[in-house]
Amino acid sequence: MGSNREAMLEKLADLEAEHAKAVGGGGERYVERHHARGKLLPRERIELLIDPGSAFLELSPLAGWGSDFTVGASVVTGIGVIEGVECVITANDPTVKGGASNPWTVKKIFRASQIAEENGLPTVALVESGGADLPTQKEIFIPGGKLFRDITRASARKEPTIALVFGNSTAGGAYVPGMSDYTVMVKEQAKVFLGGPPLVKMATGEESDDESLGGAEMHARTSGLADYLAEDEHDALRIGRRIVARLNWRKARAEPGSFAEPDADPDELLDLIPADLREPFDPRGVIARIVDGIGPGNERAFDEFKPLYGTSLVTGWARIHGRPIGILANAQGVLFSEEAQKAAQFIQLANQVDTPLLFLHNTTGYMVGAEYEQGGIIKHGAMMINAVSNSTVPHLSVIMGASYGAGNYGMNGRAFDPRFLFTWPSAKSAVMGPQQLAGVLSIVARAAAEAKGTEYDEDADAGMRAFIEQSVEEQSLPHFLSGLLYDDGVIDPRDTRTVLGICLSVIDTTPFAGASGYGVFRM
Amino acid sequence: MITRLLVANRTEIASRIFRTCRALGIQTVAIHSDADAGLPYVRDADVAVRLAGSAPAETYLDIDAVLHAAKRTGAEAIHPGYGFLSENADFARAVEAAGLTWVGPTPESIVAMGSKIEAKRLMRQAGVPVLEAPSTPSEADLPVIVKASAGGGGRGMRIVRDLASLETEIARARAEAASAFGDGTVFVEPYVERARHVEVQVVGDRHGDVLVLGERDCSIQRRHQKVVEEAPAPDLAPEVARAMHEAARAAAEAIGYVGAGTVEFLYDPESERFHFLEVNTRLQVEHPVTEEVFGVDLVELQIAVAEGRGVSLSERHGALSGTRGGPDGHAIEVRLYAEDPADDFRPQSGRLTTFELPEADGIRVEAGFESGSEVSTYYDAMLAKVICHAPTRAAAARRLAAALDGARIHGVATNRDLLVGILRDPDFLAGRVGTDFLDRTAVVAAAAQAEPHRQLLVAATVALAEDRRARRAVQRGIPVAWRNVTSQPQLTRFENDLEVTWHGGRDGYRFDGLEVAAISPDSVALVEDGITATYAVRVDGAAVEVDGPLGHARLVERPRFADPADQHTSGSLLAPMPGTVVSVSVKAGDRVAAGASVLVLEAMKMQHPVVSPYAGTVTEIDVRPGAQVAAGDVLAVVEEEQE
Repeated sequence: MGSNREAMLEKLADLEAEHAKAVGGGGERYVERHHARGKLLPRERIELLIDPGSAFLELSPLAGWGSDFTVGASVVTGIGVIEGVECVITANDPTVKGGASNPWTVKKIFRASQIAEENGLPTVALVESGGADLPTQKEIFIPGGKLFRDITRASARKEPTIALVFGNSTAGGAYVPGMSDYTVMVKEQAKVFLGGPPLVKMATGEESDDESLGGAEMHARTSGLADYLAEDEHDALRIGRRIVARLNWRKARAEPGSFAEPDADPDELLDLIPADLREPFDPRGVIARIVDGIGPGNERAFDEFKPLYGTSLVTGWARIHGRPIGILANAQGVLFSEEAQKAAQFIQLANQVDTPLLFLHNTTGYMVGAEYEQGGIIKHGAMMINAVSNSTVPHLSVIMGASYGAGNYGMNGRAFDPRFLFTWPSAKSAVMGPQQLAGVLSIVARAAAEAKGTEYDEDADAGMRAFIEQSVEEQSLPHFLSGLLYDDGVIDPRDTRTVLGICLSVIDTTPFAGASGYGVFRM
Repeated sequence: MITRLLVANRTEIASRIFRTCRALGIQTVAIHSDADAGLPYVRDADVAVRLAGSAPAETYLDIDAVLHAAKRTGAEAIHPGYGFLSENADFARAVEAAGLTWVGPTPESIVAMGSKIEAKRLMRQAGVPVLEAPSTPSEADLPVIVKASAGGGGRGMRIVRDLASLETEIARARAEAASAFGDGTVFVEPYVERARHVEVQVVGDRHGDVLVLGERDCSIQRRHQKVVEEAPAPDLAPEVARAMHEAARAAAEAIGYVGAGTVEFLYDPESERFHFLEVNTRLQVEHPVTEEVFGVDLVELQIAVAEGRGVSLSERHGALSGTRGGPDGHAIEVRLYAEDPADDFRPQSGRLTTFELPEADGIRVEAGFESGSEVSTYYDAMLAKVICHAPTRAAAARRLAAALDGARIHGVATNRDLLVGILRDPDFLAGRVGTDFLDRTAVVAAAAQAEPHRQLLVAATVALAEDRRARRAVQRGIPVAWRNVTSQPQLTRFENDLEVTWHGGRDGYRFDGLEVAAISPDSVALVEDGITATYAVRVDGAAVEVDGPLGHARLVERPRFADPADQHTSGSLLAPMPGTVVSVSVKAGDRVAAGASVLVLEAMKMQHPVVSPYAGTVTEIDVRPGAQVAAGDVLAVVEEEQE
């Protein structure tokens, strides 16, 4: 057990180091320069914006990991509570290349607005960005228009949009305040115009300056683009809070009553997850450390459904922070026909009673082999994927360990749009395991050589296998996948309950109901 | 026999008198102003009469209103308590003229002793030693003290150490005396630097008997008002004490004194000589220490005398005599005031959200307020007297300090820490008391400057965060200040530049160097270096009251944001407390020096000059004499002179 903990703690230390890179932004020099100007860092702004003592769930903090861009992609996004209202918050990091947007920034903001849309949340944008990262403009310019489309569509859905402008917000960026319901600009800092003095000079020959083209005072008094003129950054955040306080915000579902903390200590999750993923583990141990403990109205922590059938998948009902949830968790890694059918039934049952679903991944995929193909594993896997795809209750996914092959789909992987998807540092996700993938490639190459009658180069094969294994291994690791925005963040397993609690609370903002129709189930 | 008695007073002394009345079977009548309607003494009485208004002049000092209240309730006797009308001969006469019993000395005695100049003359005649100052003091006579002849309670007193300022000080004392007592007569006495204030309790009856109940030391004073009183006086030679008792007896007999009174002496411990100061013709605030060590009830004796009985026999205690084997043990009284020792003892007002004094062996509490009471600006700011009677002085001091330390007093600043500091001060414990005690020792500075211990700040921080958590609209079960990506500590800032940084999250509150061991809605237990300390906490809006082993504090959280619309122009002079503007000495455009008086505010019977913090020009003056202002109101704006 000690070694499991050690292995996990090592991975968590790595995670913290990567998070620290995101927090470090553009580096000490730029942070100091920014502070010297009397300005706050994006996370300092967020800390002041949210309610004292409330939680902040930062989303996609590793965006851009493994790319040429700074980890975090020069923007902070997350869910925070402002005046008792759960909001999506985005904040440019001006210490990273002046807050310029690169392709990962854009993807990260898209994901944040998707979360705002799916959960019906207000959005508060803390704007200070020099615009697009010009060398990568080809990847930003055309898709980037969605940023502005999303703001106004959110408004049309009556999801309030608020822009607090702390600095540059020019050219295309000017449409962020331009499209928002409410706009606050910081005196002597905000600069919002379509074209700056040089561009204006080139276009029309007019001599102008920053203040007359886009200063906060001008926009507050003359153009009317600014609804509020803030004295300074603190004042802008204060005004932002007051705006949210007056949204008359009501959630679809009431805050649940009291509940008990888990019956088992969440800290033990570190011992539970094997350092080597080939070793299976019982997900009931995880469930007991995530869900509400026994208490009034919750006489059992976890009511298991169909415990004797399809035992490689655990299904059942529980509560998290007082909210009901159905759980599907892989037990032995492999999904057989029985597990697939059990999952399809359980997902339908949850939809019958409007209960959100939680998928706990540790799967190597659907079983292969003649016996299973002949037993209809494709049909049954398809039933499970059909149920997952057409289920309309909110889904949450946590990738605890393996998530390989179609198992990732059946367990509600990223492509199936769970409301939120988080990864543990112990996770690995790919089309198949690295060794298997390398082995398959080797067999195929060997067969091809044989067919051509050429001699197979065993040394080259060994080199190829090692290279494939290593690169697939690297690409199946959480930081890499999180860097590609394939999850909403890598989390400490001990925080899983808290993260899910926040997600379920956020989900309660809008009404939801179970599906009434599915695709054709192949029997 | 009196069957119904009205107390023409308020708060603790009214309750104190009612208690004896109840023991004697006398029905009680309270009077109260509008501001005092909710105080406990009003409920302590069988019936209570409202006197419309709140200012003392229209309530407790209004003779007709008080007599009318007595008439309406069928009261047969009036006890004046102390202060207000207690030493007003006109009132005593009016009471008697109305056919009521006056529980106090004869109007003649009041008149004779009311003028300090006349009292000194009478005492000189009776052979009691009296301090004399030459009519025109020279340098050698300094320092001297200027006193109001009709004064009391320290008002109108001024110490003069510089001949040049004598005339001004006399003029000021006259003005203050005229305003406070309606009589501007003042006189000058030699000022004894390291004097002690020792007084003798006497009770005279109509049969000519005088009961002498030992002495009290009341040397520890601030602003010439007593703070700590004790009986018997420490470090006083028995022959000096005896001589003082005899002098007091002689004084009382010389004027045929009837009722309870106090003969005050100035005692010079160096020369071991004492001089007559004045006679207080009333029950003193500090009477309980005498009661404790002599086992008597002075209010009962006052009533007995008023009813024409002798002082040698108490209805409840049996035979009394002037020499009942002397005092038993030692008693110390402290006066708990709503005042801020850190701000020149400025009186405080507001709601006492919590006022709990622990009950303990030997501890007697005479309180005029309770949890939830409003301390108004109209009257004296004394909240309670706490008295301890123990076999020895050291035991009494230790128990009393512990009782005060264990008290929970919230909402209004008090002198509690100062009192505890005095009671634990080595000089005090050695009996080295004197009127200069608070000036020569560091206790005031210690009580005023003591920054709250970090543990108090931590406890307050946890209490505030827990309070917020309990009031969350959403995410109620999520740990406080949880972050999946930590970028910075949480910062909790309190007034007076105090702040605490901390982290929340999965494992609860994390503070540098200490752990939070337990949290309940009203307590926080902290562990530092293996030592656990539990703090009682109470959140009151942005403020947290913390009481624990390392002290007490009211910590007010600073708001994270200030609305610029609420900001005052820099250089604004704000009213330090609610009150009335007495005079304004500048007009807009005037240049003022640093420290120059801009206006004078009167609050709680004291005049507070509001001064310019720096040299500059008055740009705004928003108030006129007579204006009522609330604490924090902008009175004037002074623009600082640029170098």
